[in-house]
Amino acid sequence: MSSREMNWSKIRADSRFQDLHRKKSLFLWGLMFFSVLYYFLLPVGAGYFPELFKIKVWGVINVGILFALSEFIVAWSIAWIYARKANNEFDILTKEIVENAHRIGD
Amino acid sequence: MTRAPYYLVLGILGILSIGSAFAEGGAVAEQYKWLTFEVFGAIIAITMYITYWAAKHTHTTHEFYAAGRSISGLQNGWAIAGDYLSAASFLGIAGLISLYGYDGFMYSVGWLVAYITVLLVIAEPCRNIGKYTLGDILAFRNHPKTSKTVAAISTITVSTFYLTAQMVGGAVLIKTLIGIEYEVSVIGVGVLMLLYVVFGGMIATTWVQIIKAVLLVVASILLVILVWAPYGFSFPGYLQEVVNNVGVQAQVKKLLGDAAANMSAAELGQRFLEPGLFLKDPLDQISLGMALVFGTAGLPHILMRFFTVPTAKDARLSVIWAMAIIGGFYVLTLFLGTGAAIYVGSANIAAIDKGGNMAGPLLAQYLGGGPNSQLGNLFLAFVAAVAFATIVAVVAGLVLAAASAMAHDIYVGVIRGERATPREQVRAARIASVLVGALAITVGILAKGQNVAHLVALAFAVAASSNLPAVLLTLYWKRANTVGIVSGMVLGSVTAIGLVMVSPNMTYPMLVRPVQEKVVATAESKLVALQTALAKTTDLAAQEPIKKDILAQEKAKKTAQGMLDSLGKETKSIVGLEKPWFTLKNPGIISIPLGFLGVLLGSLLFREKRAEEMWEELYVRQNTGIHAH
Repeated sequence: MSSREMNWSKIRADSRFQDLHRKKSLFLWGLMFFSVLYYFLLPVGAGYFPELFKIKVWGVINVGILFALSEFIVAWSIAWIYARKANNEFDILTKEIVENAHRIGD
Repeated sequence: MTRAPYYLVLGILGILSIGSAFAEGGAVAEQYKWLTFEVFGAIIAITMYITYWAAKHTHTTHEFYAAGRSISGLQNGWAIAGDYLSAASFLGIAGLISLYGYDGFMYSVGWLVAYITVLLVIAEPCRNIGKYTLGDILAFRNHPKTSKTVAAISTITVSTFYLTAQMVGGAVLIKTLIGIEYEVSVIGVGVLMLLYVVFGGMIATTWVQIIKAVLLVVASILLVILVWAPYGFSFPGYLQEVVNNVGVQAQVKKLLGDAAANMSAAELGQRFLEPGLFLKDPLDQISLGMALVFGTAGLPHILMRFFTVPTAKDARLSVIWAMAIIGGFYVLTLFLGTGAAIYVGSANIAAIDKGGNMAGPLLAQYLGGGPNSQLGNLFLAFVAAVAFATIVAVVAGLVLAAASAMAHDIYVGVIRGERATPREQVRAARIASVLVGALAITVGILAKGQNVAHLVALAFAVAASSNLPAVLLTLYWKRANTVGIVSGMVLGSVTAIGLVMVSPNMTYPMLVRPVQEKVVATAESKLVALQTALAKTTDLAAQEPIKKDILAQEKAKKTAQGMLDSLGKETKSIVGLEKPWFTLKNPGIISIPLGFLGVLLGSLLFREKRAEEMWEELYVRQNTGIHAH
């Protein structure tokens, strides 16, 4: 593999990589945790709190239907938030590291 | 070779015309079957042309497995949707909603949320360090031959479960829709899919999936407009109509049985929009949700799609497009399902197919003007063609994934190693595809009449309990190593499969027999009463509904009797149990944590120099894409 020419530990230790790593980890795992939690509220709510889901809000539309629809909105929002963050921040930080990768560790 | 595609097209059209000659019965009326074949023939012609074109651009493994990394994010998003929206999800979920209302819709949510895991922690890192397969990702820092072997076994297992469900479910569906014999459609789908995969590799497979996804979405949007327009596109107004519908109220009454005794018509209708008509055990629901949310990211044929785009950024874009398309489609199914319930009627849908799979097609027929109208049959024929295309597209993706595991991981990675020439590698890929295709056709024919519905859930459960823990911890945990991933994958998949073998998914003769015997007895006594009623009635108009009831009862009796006959004198399930030992249908809640635990313990108990040395390179590369090829 031609990858041997890179000094991976130096790149890993570089402050720019550390910065990217810190920002990305916190953001991604935070978002991941939130989305999984939000998703499981649906089967938990429907299974253990059906009375709550049955409350009518708008005509015949009840909490359960609105909550199920909100799952779609939340999933799409997470995708959108992540795409923005990645395009505006992570990609720029990554580009910086990639462009300097050969010099780091010389 | 250059003329081959033309002969292939002729061959396929030949198979189809034989198919149409056999085709009697089915939902599409005899005089409109030509339309289904015409539409499907057009799809075949277009995809064959693409395959012909793709074959000229498929000379290397890079092109065969990964379309030369030439697919754009948008195209890949559509292809992922095409790969994922199987017949089970596009006909099945609309069907569940038409029969059970809210629970069916709730069921669809997990399939979309699953992509958040793919988007946030899987797609980009895998694109950055992977080459063609799951095995490539695991072999990056773990022992290459060992990890490629376990990854290949797992890939082939998961793909075979999924493939069997698609082949059997698809062939049953095609029979119900257009009446083509089961075996003919298994062979037809198998041969067609093999042509795409063997000659056109990933490029052709991708385009088949894109075309199918576009057709599916366009057809669904048109149907939803027709369903919703009469209510001025008002959401509460439309749902009010669902609640007011007499057929919906009758369906709820039937589902609830005695519990519905004191409920008013309005309450019955409203109940359709509330949870609990289908999904009885919340724990089972959570378990299934876990398998979906963690399993999708571990499905080999989905992972493979991320190797077809040029960069990690395109991988990200493809998941975002896929989420828009898949999510949008599931929102549409809410209208398709409830629309089928109010226009066609839940009882009529269940009469044709107990699982409700015919809800979408019957709705299309109704919206076009009903079973006796030309337009109605045109609509139905079109939906049937889309269903056909769906099965071919999904199966092609699965076969490519299994073949890559066999040829790239096992043959090249483990057996031949560096000695395999590029030419030999492509030949191996093609031969493996033919083998997997032949396996799919054989399994499809052997599994005729078997209940395979739980196999899709099992594929997700194994992917979530075996592949995901191994991939995730290889990518993000410094201490992960070969012993860890092997123990995690073995523990996770063995638990998932083992628990399903002793779960309520299996047939327990001692439990089934009394239920079916009761069905037969009830039907018999009803038949006697109906016959007496018929004899007393002289009015022809009044006789009609009674005759219809008699037919329905005879059908119910025949089905139950058939089940009893197939049980014979058996008293035990396939693994020798009288009743389920594990009470959940979905094993995920137990097997997924065990999969993770296996990787953790295995890795902590043993140290491996290479896995730790490679960590920094892996971590830098998965984050930055340096040297991604």
